[in-house]
Parts: sequence; C-alpha cells; structure tokens
Amino acid sequence: MIISERDVEQLAFLSRLDLTAEDKIAYTKSLNAILDYLDMLNRLDTDTVEPAAHVLPLKNILREDKLQPSLDKEQALANAPEEEEGAFKVPRIV
Amino acid sequence: MQLFRLTAHELHDLLVKKEISAEELNLAVFDRVEAVDDKVKAYVTLTKERALEQARSVDRQIHSGEKISPLAGIPVAVKDNICTDGILTTACSKMLANFVPPYSATVVKRLDGAGATMVGKANLDEFAMGSSTENSAFFVTHNPWDTERVPGGSSGGSAAAVAAGEAICSLGSDTGGSIRLPASFCGVVGLKPTYGAVSRYGLIAFASSLDQIGPFSKDVTDCAMMLKVISGHDPLDSTSAKYSVPDYTGFLRNDVRGLKIGVPQEYIAEGINPAVREVIEKALARLEALGAHVEYTTLPHTEYALSTYYLIAPAEASSNLARYDGVRYGFRAQNTDDVIDMFMKTRSEAFGPEVKRRIMLGTYALSAGYYDAYYLKALRVRTLIKQDFDRAFEKYDLLISPVCPTTAFRIGEKTDDPLEMYLSDVCTISINLAGIPGMSIPCGFAQGMPVGLQLMGRHFDEATLLRAAYTFEQNTDYHKAVPEL
Repeated sequence: MIISERDVEQLAFLSRLDLTAEDKIAYTKSLNAILDYLDMLNRLDTDTVEPAAHVLPLKNILREDKLQPSLDKEQALANAPEEEEGAFKVPRIV
Repeated sequence: MQLFRLTAHELHDLLVKKEISAEELNLAVFDRVEAVDDKVKAYVTLTKERALEQARSVDRQIHSGEKISPLAGIPVAVKDNICTDGILTTACSKMLANFVPPYSATVVKRLDGAGATMVGKANLDEFAMGSSTENSAFFVTHNPWDTERVPGGSSGGSAAAVAAGEAICSLGSDTGGSIRLPASFCGVVGLKPTYGAVSRYGLIAFASSLDQIGPFSKDVTDCAMMLKVISGHDPLDSTSAKYSVPDYTGFLRNDVRGLKIGVPQEYIAEGINPAVREVIEKALARLEALGAHVEYTTLPHTEYALSTYYLIAPAEASSNLARYDGVRYGFRAQNTDDVIDMFMKTRSEAFGPEVKRRIMLGTYALSAGYYDAYYLKALRVRTLIKQDFDRAFEKYDLLISPVCPTTAFRIGEKTDDPLEMYLSDVCTISINLAGIPGMSIPCGFAQGMPVGLQLMGRHFDEATLLRAAYTFEQNTDYHKAVPEL
C-alpha cells in the first residue's frame, strides 16, 4: 500500500472533496492500484534530463497593458448561484 | 438521395449548383437526429432554431449570387466542453448542468464565420476524462456500429454523430486520445492538430499543456477543410502558435511515393488483438504498394507514456478544476455552514467518481513531499518521450500505428477498473505528451467493428498526415462503409 485510508482522507480535504466512508475505501483501493502502476517511472534514471512542462518553444507572451472591453457586470453575474447588489454572495467566511 | 450520408465537399457542390438549399440540408440532418438519436444518444443539447436561421442566411447568400465558403450551411456538432454563447455548455458534468456561457470559443466563432451551422452539443465523458463516454453525468452514447458497444471517448458524442449521419462534421477535443480513439471506434476521420495550432480559448480546460481541439469528418478532404477554418493564432490563447495557416486542401494529393514511414514496434507489441494487427499490417502493405517506404522502428520510452500522462494530466486537472467552487457559476450545494463546507459539499455532490479520482491523484502528485518524486519525475520522462519522436522524425516523414490495440469494447466492460480503462489510450497519449499532430483514419474492420490507423507527424506538419491519409483513402473504400441503424 502506497497510501492509506487516512492519506486519502487528507487528499480529499486538500482537494475540497467530502468522501463517504464507502468512497474512502474504494478510492484507497483504486488510487493504490494506479500508483503501483505509475511506480514504473522509477526504473528510469532521469537525473540529467530536463523537465518538459511545455512542448512548444514559447516564452512568456506579453501584451500592452491597455484597458480593453470585457464582460459587463450583468453578464459576469448571470450564472452566479447567488448574488446581491452586484456581487457574488457566499456563505459566512469567518 | 440521403443528404446526411454525404460529405461537406459533396454537399458544398450541391449547394453551389442550387440543387439543394442549406435549409433543406439542415432539416434532413435534424430528421436523421430525430430518427436515430434515441439509439445513439450523441447529443445533450440540440440547437435547431439557431441552425435553421444560419442555414437560411446561407441560402440568402447563395440566392444573391455571393460566393459561399466551403463549410457554409454544413451541419456541424460541437463537443459540449466547447463554449457557445447563450447555449448551455455542460462538459457533461452536474457541476455545469446549468451553465450558459456569455461568450463563444474561438473555434465556434470561426465556424460561425465560415457559415457552418450548429446542430447541437455532443456528449462526452465528464470534463473529457474518460475513454468511453460512459463517464458523462447524463447518459451513455452508443456506438452506431453496435449499440451495445461504446463509441470511445472522451469525444464519443462528436464521433458517433458523424458516423450515424447526425452531423456532417464535428468538433472534439483531445488530451490523451479523445479525438482519435472515438474516431477509430466509430469508423470516421479524426485529427488532433499540433499543440498550439488551434486556439483553446473557450475550451473548458482539462490539462492545459495537452488539450487540443480538432475535427471529425467522414473523409480526409472534409478534415482538411475543417482544419483550415479552425486553425491559426489567437491572441486570446497565449499558447496558440504564431504560424501561417496553409491551405490544407492543397496537400490532398494521391501520392505517397518516396514517403518514409516508420512503424514503432512498441505499438504493435503483445496485447494487440490479432484481428486488429492483421488489419493494420494490411494497411501498411497497401501504403508500401503505393510507393511509400515502410519499416519498423522504435520509440523506446513508449511503455512509460501512460504513467507519465496519468501524473501530468491529473496534476493539471486538479489545478484547473479548482475553479469549480460554487461561487461564480455552476452548481452550488444548499444548506451549508460556512464557505469551506460549501466548497466541499458543492464539489462532492457535483463531480462524478472519475473526476474526483483524477483531482485527488493530481493533488497527490503536486503535494509537498511528493512533487519531485511524481510530478517533476513525469516532466523529465516527458522530455525522453519527446526526444524519441524527435529522433524518429530525423529518419521518417511519418509514423504509423494502430489507434488502439482493440476495437470498441462493450458498454460496462471496463467501468469497474479505472486502470484497464486508461490502457485504451496506450497508443495515443504519447502524441499529446510530445505535442505532435495525430490522426485516425478508417483502415478496415475486425469482427465487424471499425479499426483506425494512426498517423503521426512532425510539429505543424499536418500536411504530410493529410497527404498520406488522402492517398490511403483514394485507394480504399473503408471510409464509405456506413453503420446500419
């Protein structure tokens, strides 16, 4: 076992997911099976290999910092589950 | 004449000659949807009024003697993870079941600009995570060749729609094989362009360094026409490449003489279904007979590709899907205590099991203490995989392999074992890791189900793929076979 049920519980919290007891058992099983398989990468010596985060030779793409039209407030709020006075409304934070 | 059976270029000729109207064509396709979509379930949303309006506008153009573009009036399906202004875009997740985007993806704007009509939004695995379209939060799409089998995924709805005549062409997205696998399973043409060739603006992100939008069609000519319309630099996607888009239809030559084709032996190794192998070998022999040089070669890091992908893609997904928090759009759970509780319940109630699995896997790969061992390690192996291709393309113009070691599997056959499902992508994912273009074309049948031939080329060398694919197509009839429904 690479990860325990407790690890999965912690991962779920970091991922902002709430798992049932049943889910926890099932994910512990399937994640371990996957991680077991992924372990094959350790057979490769990659100490001198550069990581490739990206495949194209692109550097930072910059543009002029100029004001441009964007969504108006009404459009931006159109899909909001809850809004009040032109703002997104969320439950109590503190 | 069954209009829904024809290709875009055939229909374009009929439209220009005024033998049919665009409205008539679109009605014919909607009639077909009406007749068969109960069996196929390709669409999650239909946009008939919009399509007919677009069609009538094309008819007015034709009437007034204007020259119309090759896709004008042609009914196209759009994968439901591609944003459409004012039209439900769900990614087939409960999370976005009510999401109406306030803007359209660049590819949709380009299709609109070319006069293509939109039939509707096609089914997919939730957030494009899957290989069978069984992970859709709404329903399963069925393979038109055998409705007890999957269409492949994640762009299963887009592929099945074209195969069943419910659209003439369609758009999908491909992160690890999500265009090529369903194209192969459904017997249509599917192309994943070079990373950066097509704007991702408005594509609901899964793994941003791998995602790419591409076309499905019934033949290679239509594929080239679609590619031409959707490609090109877009300032709204900072990873879209600045290059001049060639007229892809110009590469459709019936000639592969002298073309050097490499066949990576790792892709035809153990585990491949013998009937699929036979079909692929026959296709290779055909290309050789047409004058190409075909020989076996090696991509030595192939066996590590799946592992590399299943660290990088979930890592990027865990970060991309962090935005679904129930605040600005999408689903929000009710009766929550505070904001963290709201996030947790929202995400738990609205994400499906596979999406949760990948978010947790990615979170694990990126978490403190594991980052170097998993994520960074995978990025290093990605370099090795890319170098394999660089080396192969020093010697070959093109690489060819099967798209998948098997044909379409049965619905439910692999849903209990995620790893088994992931293995469906074993021949397609390296292409995304390397960022090169990959294509699936119909090359025969094994036990009555379509087999796809995968063509892989150098970065931005879609031209050679199209040329070889076109030549194969001109000398075979597989693309003309249609499923009985």
